[in-house]
Amino acid sequence: MTRIFRNLVLFAFAIFFLMPVYVLLVTAFKSPGEVDVVHMWTLPKSLSFDSFSLVWPKLQNGMVNSLMLAIPASVISSLLGAANGFVLAKWRFPGADVVFPVILFGMFIPYQAVIIPMSGLMTDIGLKGGLDGLILIHIIYGLPITTLIFRNYYIGLSEEVIEAARVDGAGMLRTFAYIALPLGLPAFAVAMIWQFTSAWNDFLFGVIMTRTEFWPVTVALNNVAGAQTVPFNQAMASAFLASIPTLLVYLLLGRFFMRGLMAGALKG
Amino acid sequence: MSKLKRRIGRWVPGLLLVSPSLVLLGVFVYGFIGWNIKISVTDWKGQLETDNYVGLFWYKQLFADETFHNDARNLLIFTLVFILGSMSVGLLLALLMDKGVRGENILRSIYLFPMGISFIATGIVWRWLLNSDPGEGTTGVNDLLGLVGVHSDWHKSDSQWAIAAIALPAGWALSGYVMALFLAGLRGIPDELREAARVDGATEFRVYWHVVRPMMYPVLMSALVILAHISLKTFDLIYAIAPLDPRTETPAIFMYLTAFRGNFYARGAAIATLLFFAIAVVIVPYIWYSIRKERTAR
Repeated sequence: MTRIFRNLVLFAFAIFFLMPVYVLLVTAFKSPGEVDVVHMWTLPKSLSFDSFSLVWPKLQNGMVNSLMLAIPASVISSLLGAANGFVLAKWRFPGADVVFPVILFGMFIPYQAVIIPMSGLMTDIGLKGGLDGLILIHIIYGLPITTLIFRNYYIGLSEEVIEAARVDGAGMLRTFAYIALPLGLPAFAVAMIWQFTSAWNDFLFGVIMTRTEFWPVTVALNNVAGAQTVPFNQAMASAFLASIPTLLVYLLLGRFFMRGLMAGALKG
Repeated sequence: MSKLKRRIGRWVPGLLLVSPSLVLLGVFVYGFIGWNIKISVTDWKGQLETDNYVGLFWYKQLFADETFHNDARNLLIFTLVFILGSMSVGLLLALLMDKGVRGENILRSIYLFPMGISFIATGIVWRWLLNSDPGEGTTGVNDLLGLVGVHSDWHKSDSQWAIAAIALPAGWALSGYVMALFLAGLRGIPDELREAARVDGATEFRVYWHVVRPMMYPVLMSALVILAHISLKTFDLIYAIAPLDPRTETPAIFMYLTAFRGNFYARGAAIATLLFFAIAVVIVPYIWYSIRKERTAR
């Protein structure tokens, strides 16, 4: 009896979480003539891709920008995070205990508190407006979480493996490159997914740091679908298109995503 | 001498490897925060940067400003509703799933996927769901409520409580995360502990209350801190649902509009500084506590 009740409640919540997806899909696949907010819960009479072909040209550039931004940002941030995590867990120096929380703090700051000086500095060094500057920003603000993910992962690595490399005469860089990096692949997946998602989903940095032609997809999306006058079906279709990459990453690599979530709570 | 040299030789490469990150974070986190505070005590308004010292002028002005009061009140309501809602839903889901249910993986994915969606996309979809026009224009959630004979106005845009409605999409996005945190915490409790209490004749409720509950406090705190700092920073979600609406404006949005739309950079920097300290008060003790706990555990 309690089991039935339990399943029923869980099922009801599942419906609640899927409700926006339902509205989004039925609306985006309706033909523009059929779209009407009053009938927003009804299924489309026939499958139409018109809404998608209408909004795609307006989003395409943003999708490309976001890909060109999120991929290098997540790869480089993860590599640097791996190096930091390895040193802080296995190749410690005096003061490492202080350095770690100092790095970690950067994960929680409100970006509003850095964005005016950042905008100034990026203008001064000629990186404001384009993608390079935005990539650099995502690499830097990704460092705390990637460092945390790798440090927690490497702390669980047995000392003997590192000792063995050391006895064989390997220096730090060799130990890192030949032992720690290959062993750290699971942590890589976690860090990459986390970074890719947050770079793809960022809006604040994108809207302030880029010119129109380099807008990431979130800014383009808000521009296309954010206005009250935009037809309902186009808003839904563009929200769907802009979410496909992170949804795919999530569905294909969900297991790793879960672990990343745990890391976000400072847990290993 | 050579021993000391060897020891230094051992840690120097590590320090060198970490130093680029340290320098970058030093500038982009600590340097910028300091610089931002410095801007907040200047008279910089307009495109051209000026740096005449005005002391706490902007802070005093903010504390006397109606808009800022309104935004702070909105943020408080939003934070309370969002945290209470997400915590209860997350905890409830975790407790229901604790002993394993059929289709657990699917359910977990359904609860969690909103976290991978950008706040902009989330906001765009929810704006239509929360639309509160009466009569013919009734849409979204109100349409469904209408089926059971209710028309809700609490999320209506001219309601005092419109900001509380933003907590619904925010909770939609993050309840699954809270669920995952609690579920991991629950599963981390060794079975022997619960078993021992059961052998002693404790009812299932007493097992949860006396054995499980005390062990969940650290998770509870993590979840609280994470939700609180997300809530204080929330910008894009509200911006996508109701841009430029004073009824849903929070300091994070006010800061953006003040600095980047109005070019009142010093004033924007002052808002950002206040936001920073509000978050630091929560985060610094949390990091300190987490690290100390980890060290004693080792």
